[in-house]
Amino acid sequence: MTLTATRTATRTRWLQDNGVYVAVVALLLFNALFTANFLTAGNFRTQLVQAAPVLIVALGMALVIGTEGVDLSVGAVMALAAAIIPLYLGAGPLTAILMALTIGLAAGAFNGFLVAKVGIQPIVATLALLVGGRGLALVIADGQLVQLHDPAFLALGTDDLLGIPISVLIAGVLALTVAAVTNRTTFGRQLVAVGGNRKAATLAGLPVDRVLIGVYTICGVLAAVSGVLATSRLAASDPADMGLLMELSAITAVVVGGTPLTGGKVRVLGTVMGVVLMQLVRATLIKHNLPDSLAQMIQAAIIVAAVYVARERR
Amino acid sequence: MPTDTSPGLVIEIAGVTKTFAGVRALHDVDFTLKRGEIHALVGENGAGKSTLIKVLTGIHSPDGGRVTRNGRISTIYQEVNLVPLMSVAANLFLGREPRNRLGLIDRARRDTEAKELLQSYGITADVRSPLGTLAVGEQQMVALARAVEADADVVIMDEPTSSLEPREVETLLEVVRRLHESGIAIIYVSHRLDELYRICDTVTVLRDGVSVHSGPLAELPRIELISLMLGRSVNEIQKHGTTAFGEGHHADTRPVLEALDLTSKPRINNIDVSIRPGEVVGLAGLLGSGRTETAKAIIGALPLDRGTVLVAGKPVPRNVKAATRAGISMLAEDRKTEGIIPNLSVRENIVLAALPRLSRFGVISRARQDRIVDAFVKRLRIKVSSPEQKVAELSGGNQQKVLLARWLCTEPKILLLDEPTRGIDVGAKAEVQALIDELAKEGLAVLLISSELDELLDGADRLIVLRDGEVAGELEGAQLTREHVLTAIAAEVMDDADSHQNSH
Repeated sequence: MTLTATRTATRTRWLQDNGVYVAVVALLLFNALFTANFLTAGNFRTQLVQAAPVLIVALGMALVIGTEGVDLSVGAVMALAAAIIPLYLGAGPLTAILMALTIGLAAGAFNGFLVAKVGIQPIVATLALLVGGRGLALVIADGQLVQLHDPAFLALGTDDLLGIPISVLIAGVLALTVAAVTNRTTFGRQLVAVGGNRKAATLAGLPVDRVLIGVYTICGVLAAVSGVLATSRLAASDPADMGLLMELSAITAVVVGGTPLTGGKVRVLGTVMGVVLMQLVRATLIKHNLPDSLAQMIQAAIIVAAVYVARERR
Repeated sequence: MPTDTSPGLVIEIAGVTKTFAGVRALHDVDFTLKRGEIHALVGENGAGKSTLIKVLTGIHSPDGGRVTRNGRISTIYQEVNLVPLMSVAANLFLGREPRNRLGLIDRARRDTEAKELLQSYGITADVRSPLGTLAVGEQQMVALARAVEADADVVIMDEPTSSLEPREVETLLEVVRRLHESGIAIIYVSHRLDELYRICDTVTVLRDGVSVHSGPLAELPRIELISLMLGRSVNEIQKHGTTAFGEGHHADTRPVLEALDLTSKPRINNIDVSIRPGEVVGLAGLLGSGRTETAKAIIGALPLDRGTVLVAGKPVPRNVKAATRAGISMLAEDRKTEGIIPNLSVRENIVLAALPRLSRFGVISRARQDRIVDAFVKRLRIKVSSPEQKVAELSGGNQQKVLLARWLCTEPKILLLDEPTRGIDVGAKAEVQALIDELAKEGLAVLLISSELDELLDGADRLIVLRDGEVAGELEGAQLTREHVLTAIAAEVMDDADSHQNSH
């Protein structure tokens, strides 16, 4: 009887840690067997290109969630980045991109300031920018969709490097960087400690405010990167639609990937797999001609399942 | 104390075994509770007390054995399980409120009844104010009153006095006695032997999940009881005494820490503390006298109205980071909420405060970490399966050692210890005390806060006595006696304090 109980506990634990990988492998197998034209380079390419912007945002979100916070403003920051680009594209693509990243940095630092120094709850602090940021983006762009024609800028969204789409390459490099920062640097460990027990971290003399501001700033910059890549792929600046509901996709990927919302733990590879899983689900349903509404319901079921499996995790 | 009960058992368990994830928490435990008796349940941390209580109350079902209950059980935990935002009266009658003719809650009657009832428990606070505004001791008393009024046959009290002042302890013990007289059986879990000997009839000693002794308490000498809990020989304990502190320390002349005029109204006012290298200074005083606040003020975690902190003559900016860098470290009173980071491993908890100096350009050196962690795990004898074990899985005593290690690897000059031995088992307590002694001998300046007078008298070279947030006296050398401390604590509470501190 005890043995069974122990075995169940071990199994639950294993599922908590590895459920997302199992699900990804299962979906891949399913598609390999039952979906026509799934195992083609072209298809993988499409899937990865679609997933890259979500992944970049989700990486920042995972860090924020690791500090027991959340950033609802990522979609609005993507819109801000999109709105900025046409204004500076005349001065060259590099300037335009740098300006977009700067506005992401400013937005993130503002969020961090509200959370760390003013002491506003993350969900409320970033809600302000979720609403206000997109408004500002629309003001900047005068509510217009602007077609972009700069070939160098558009290459970012369409070209390959070493046979891999540039956006996917950037997402991959960023994922490796975030993983290294989380696990191997003082900042990363302090981040996890702040999320695990903020009072104790303060009494341990950790720079809690600096860590929080840093985390939200990173999240803002990553959202801006994602906004730049998505704009380039779209070949148009569209602040009204850019990044809409992105905050929810990112949070979903992070949670499905096994990072607890209670903070104190960041799973980078899990987050990557969370993004891949959600992308695969959508692709599978589309390829089998099921409507988008059904895809949304299945996503909801996956979220509930992920949270259910994780419910005993502290 | 004799038992004059009608025969019959309220609780009987036989051969109970309980295992969690392969770890044996209870093994073949027998336990009987007679109607109307006060039964002490003792054992070190991790001996299985909590598990036994949870089996008794039905929270855990045992893997094997038999549990028989004859009556209603009510448990009062260390942390009060009531609704802090609801009024005292509402909490007291939660779920069985008096009703008026329309079937609605009769608030007036409820409040009057609550007031009368609580007066007999020594609580005079406004019953309409939210429970959360009461002192912890008073909240506990409300919980107790609620349990009794709910017609419990058995009341289980888990460390009920751990956060109470002596005066509150007295009231609580009085209430326990009254319950006993009205025929309610009580299981009393406590680390405080004095209390046990004053009120309990019987005792059951658990060690490593096994019941090693059960019988009348009065016939069991204290030293024997400790030896049963520890599993050490009686001789050895006598040789080492009850606390593990050594004799006085050699102290240099120049203070390394000077805190002047620390004031944060209304909690502390005009407090001066100075400690020399190698000296242990004790902070004595009743609960709420400003001991913890003083330590927090020194490390910069309490906003001050005025005051300066000097380390080696240099002023320290008032924030924790600067204080840590200047060489001040503080072991917080509440391990769970202010100490450990539960999700992280033992290794990461130890190196947390020292991370910047274990890394280069922000990148952590794992090899240096492992060396330091290994050294401290050995030196402090922290019991872990591996340094990668989650700190939340350790016992209280080992968690405390992990926190001590966290501070020691920052190589502090000044160590502020707030209740370093609270809630940890007797064996770990002695080890921690011996360690404090050793650290002082190595030249550390130590500020020791404890509500155990013996610990302060044995451990400190000098005592600062606080009363209502102010310094009420400083004692040194021959003045370090129980009587002097009590005299300093207050004329007005002298009458009460005297009687229980002596019996303490």
